[in-house]
Amino acid sequence: MTKTINITLKIWRQKTAQDKGGFETCHASGISTDMSFLEMLDVVNEQLTLDGKEPVSFDSDCREGICGQCGAVVNGRPHGPEKATTLCQLHMRHFKDGDVLAIEPFRAKAFKVVRDLIVDRSPLDKLIQAGGYVSTNTGGAPDANSVPIPKDIADKAMDAAACIGCGACVAACPNAAAMLFVSAKISHLALLPQGKPEAAKRAMSMVCTMDELGFGNCTNERECEAECPKEISIVNIARMNREFFKSAFFSAVM
Amino acid sequence: MNWLVKTLGSSIGKKLLMALTGLSFCGFLAGHLAGNLFIYGGRDAFNAYAEHLQSLRPLLTLAEAGLVLFALIHVMTGLLLFYQNWTARPDRYAVNKTAGGRTIGSATMPYTGVILLLFIIFHLFHFTFVDKTNQTIFDIVLISFQNPLYVTLYIVVMLIAAIHVSHGFWSAFQTVGLNHPKYMPLIQGLSLAFSIVVAAGFGFIPVYMSLMA
Repeated sequence: MTKTINITLKIWRQKTAQDKGGFETCHASGISTDMSFLEMLDVVNEQLTLDGKEPVSFDSDCREGICGQCGAVVNGRPHGPEKATTLCQLHMRHFKDGDVLAIEPFRAKAFKVVRDLIVDRSPLDKLIQAGGYVSTNTGGAPDANSVPIPKDIADKAMDAAACIGCGACVAACPNAAAMLFVSAKISHLALLPQGKPEAAKRAMSMVCTMDELGFGNCTNERECEAECPKEISIVNIARMNREFFKSAFFSAVM
Repeated sequence: MNWLVKTLGSSIGKKLLMALTGLSFCGFLAGHLAGNLFIYGGRDAFNAYAEHLQSLRPLLTLAEAGLVLFALIHVMTGLLLFYQNWTARPDRYAVNKTAGGRTIGSATMPYTGVILLLFIIFHLFHFTFVDKTNQTIFDIVLISFQNPLYVTLYIVVMLIAAIHVSHGFWSAFQTVGLNHPKYMPLIQGLSLAFSIVVAAGFGFIPVYMSLMA
């Protein structure tokens, strides 16, 4: 049965990257509990528009939890309080009538606020450019199963490849580190035969780029895996460390 | 050797330095505690242990130099990490909430670490760099722990050490890449068990000595 609730939002408003920004209070009235969090923000924005005010800017794309575009920090939790859920898949039934929600952008030195809840996550793209790929010669598509991969290895690679690059790990990390993201990419490719030839170069290049981009250092707080909407495990961070040590101490990569 | 500087200076390299030096300190703590247990054997047993340790002088000097070097690496790297991690988020969140990943240990590492550093300096001046011509180490310890202030201080700091170790121990294994589905629960259990041993083992000595007097 559909229920409606009224909630109070304290939303971070910031006009430009240079603007100081601050919290503004808005009221979301008559919100159906069947709505997603982003639909609730859409309703708030319609009201703001009708009132002649500037609507709240936020990122979203697929709205089905697979693209990694959405994300904000709700009451101190990236993507809100539900486990393994992106903000677009968080539903208002998890909130109570009269709740007060503080909504902030993902915060990190590497993620500059563009406007309101939108942050520039292009540093994650720079990390992919630093080695989060395999170099393959173009040509005819290879036969399926021509490179045999054991099921358990394929599963581990797939678990790491589930990363949607939303940046919640960086937002959740008390040190604003990007280790879970980078480890997911390094693990995904290092586990597979197609990724092995470039594994040493990739590990060194991605880790050094991560440091240059201003992300913090990992102190094994485990907040990242607890917040990751795709439940990427810190087992991948241990694997990344092994790949990095292999690259640094046992390969010719400088 | 440029590659070595680059490796150890990277985020994962600094983690490695923290892990290796930290694990060494866990080994030191175990050795120190084992030695301290001689105190339950009474005055003669403890003093004999202390004398025997001193008779290993050339080796002992090497071990001491190693500990000082490791301490310098652990403290300097730790402080650098603390500064870098603080500046990696210049604008803090208005609301902070854990998703359940952090523990008391992990969230307080820099603070418990600094307290431990200050305590170790105090502890060295309290029991190591003291004139032992007229009294034995056993008597120095016995007299000290007649002061309830010292008893309280040592117990509190040992609890802080246990909190530091509870995160540091398993964390070091994760950092060096030893995270295995079969062994990680065991390592985490050992981490908790070791921190309890540190708190109870070191913490009971001041209590025992104050009761002895």
